[in-house]
Amino acid sequence: MTVTSPELEQPIALGKARGLMPQRLLIGAGLAFVFVGVPLIGNDYWLNSIIIPTIAMSLAGIGLNLLMGYTGLVSLGSGAFMAIGAFATYNLLLRLPFIPLPVVLLLAGLIAALFGVFFGLPSLRIRGFYLAASTLGAQFFFQWLFTNFKWFSNDTLTLTISAPRLEFLGWDLSSPVGRYLLVAATTGLLLWLAYNIVTSRIGRDWMAIRDMNTAAAVIGTRVANRQLLAYGVSSFYCGIAGALWAFGYLGTADGYTFNLDKSFQVLFIVLIGGSASLFGNFLGAAFIILTPILLDVGTSTFGLSDYIDQAVLANAQRIIFGALIIILLIKEPDGLARLLKQLARKITPQR
Amino acid sequence: MLKTITMAAGLSLAVGLGATSALAEDHSNEQLQPLFTYRTGPYAPSGIPFLAGDRDYLRYINEVEGGVDGVKIYIQECETAYTIERGIECYERYKNGYEGAPVAAIFPHSSGLDIALTEKARADKISIVTPGGGQSVAIDGRVFQYLYPLVFDYWSEAQIVVDYLAKVKGGYDKLKGVKLVTLYHDSGYGRETIEPLKILAEKYGFEDIQIPVPHPGDQQQAQWQQIKQAGADYVFLRGWGVMNPVAIKTAARVGFPVDHVIGDIWSGSEDDARPAGSVSKGYLSVSAFPPGTDFPILQKIKASILDQGKSDLKDKSKFGTVYYNYGIIEQIIYTEALRTGHKKFGNRPLTAAEGQWAFEHLEITKERLAEIGATGLLAPLKVTPENHRSQTVSAKIQQWDGKQWVALTDWLTADPAQFQDILYGKAEAYAKEKGITPAPVTN
Repeated sequence: MTVTSPELEQPIALGKARGLMPQRLLIGAGLAFVFVGVPLIGNDYWLNSIIIPTIAMSLAGIGLNLLMGYTGLVSLGSGAFMAIGAFATYNLLLRLPFIPLPVVLLLAGLIAALFGVFFGLPSLRIRGFYLAASTLGAQFFFQWLFTNFKWFSNDTLTLTISAPRLEFLGWDLSSPVGRYLLVAATTGLLLWLAYNIVTSRIGRDWMAIRDMNTAAAVIGTRVANRQLLAYGVSSFYCGIAGALWAFGYLGTADGYTFNLDKSFQVLFIVLIGGSASLFGNFLGAAFIILTPILLDVGTSTFGLSDYIDQAVLANAQRIIFGALIIILLIKEPDGLARLLKQLARKITPQR
Repeated sequence: MLKTITMAAGLSLAVGLGATSALAEDHSNEQLQPLFTYRTGPYAPSGIPFLAGDRDYLRYINEVEGGVDGVKIYIQECETAYTIERGIECYERYKNGYEGAPVAAIFPHSSGLDIALTEKARADKISIVTPGGGQSVAIDGRVFQYLYPLVFDYWSEAQIVVDYLAKVKGGYDKLKGVKLVTLYHDSGYGRETIEPLKILAEKYGFEDIQIPVPHPGDQQQAQWQQIKQAGADYVFLRGWGVMNPVAIKTAARVGFPVDHVIGDIWSGSEDDARPAGSVSKGYLSVSAFPPGTDFPILQKIKASILDQGKSDLKDKSKFGTVYYNYGIIEQIIYTEALRTGHKKFGNRPLTAAEGQWAFEHLEITKERLAEIGATGLLAPLKVTPENHRSQTVSAKIQQWDGKQWVALTDWLTADPAQFQDILYGKAEAYAKEKGITPAPVTN
């Protein structure tokens, strides 16, 4: 196992990991709120259309962040791995009904991880834009696969997979609260795992590779091994996120659900939330999912549609959303996580 | 920067939470119609005229007729950009009504969203209405209590095409040996006609050849060569979007007669034929939503809405096109369902449960269509608790004359018994897989 003596950890953790203690506290307080508070106060609308998708996309963000933010590799294939996770979950539940749901999710994640490692192989030879292009291959391959072979969707004419009965230990998880708990618990566990990975030797290796590939190799990091591991772990997360997106949120999915747009969305979550930040993914996902809704609700609450043409409004919303992303990234390239940290520093007394 | 962001966050929170109650008016004596729009995104070109049709008809009802039986329709738009995620948010936002106005039914305006809402609607007991779209199996109202794939389905379409060919050939016995190629968009929608055509081919002895075109379908040289080589007599084009004009152009290029190509209902709009240019003259298509401006109801809308500058259409030349008229037809069906409900529950806004009853007992007769001024715009419609589509399905065959669509036939009605057992069997299998007990039929 990894050596975790404080002397060793200190120098490497400098800078990157400084904010981790308060972050951990924050997560602890958050967990209590998440599992008791939210189910009590959340109504159908908040759970179904805001909270569940935000958490599921955050998980995908975490997956990509492990790869991009921590290891410095790129991927435009997050959507493909989400699709693998969703289709694997569906087929496992359908064809092997005796396996309990958590195990199915785990297996689906592992299947996605397997393909992730495979599509990560080019990273051993190429970097940067070329690597991005090769991961794009995964995106198109799996979309083609799931829209052309009926077997994956159990021979349905529409090629759509629909939510199988979600249950765990006799509990029916298909109600909004049930699906919320499923999504939140899964994400919570995986967040904890991710935190442990990035603070372990593996995480430090990843960051060393990110900061300088050659130097990392010189000090004895097994670069190839760690890079493939990063692809595997990242795809594992994306796979489970895809299953949660399909069955915890939408209720259905097909090959087009996880298209290139979805991959870009995950990428934006990482960029906006903050690269190499676990918490930032939640901020990024909330931004990506909530902003368009807020803009839309805003226009209808202020009755703007009575004065301005609907088509203009609908397009203006997209323009504003895009502009917000650009402004945010120019003003704070480190993302919302950094912004929030600065805010916290300002309002708390300095130690 | 920090300050700006904090302020922005505060502001948006105020918009989302505080302002709702501050500005909310009471609309409890109105009927909410949430319009799921796609004015942006890849399908906006068809969404824009379609939604204009929706809005113009409702505006006409509200302003000229004083509402449906005196009940005004309260429109709230919700932009989905044709994505399922945004659609689910819209559904959740409006499923319990808005500012006191109850919702009677939801029109998702997207087949993907319709599938995604199937189980949610069952749990929430809200009707999902998809005129001209939706899932064929949902005809069985006992299993799919809350789905209404009204007016049209692709199984009946396949049959109408075969019926038309028999008519052209001079009898069903003349179909023997005819080679009918179905060139379909390789998607759930495109694959819907594979099964019914196989059955019909066995019944009438024509040769059924199925050729898929991958999405989006902007390259079809290989497929049309294949059609040529097979010696096809007719091509049933089940396309979508850019695939349609490309098919017509490629047919002309390989020398296949365009007047032997019959488009699907979604291959038969002006925007499908016109971009192909002069070669599209003579192209045929099935039409469930006939274009045209001569229908009396369209003339009324023109006089009281369009000419008054109140129309939602920016491009006035879209008035009376297929998608615009589709919007009109959809809202005729909606308002007629409300009238059906008003007869039982009184002239007031209907709840979701009452809306469900209303749609289950919706009947639009020939006489009623004449009263509305929509004779020829849509075929008579009758829904029952067992049959959520319509007792009969009809469509016309139209031909592109180079400038506009001309109806070649009157309504052709598909034999309702033809696929009844198969579709109900599929619904039964679905019920079994999902553990649903079909609802007992009561009136």
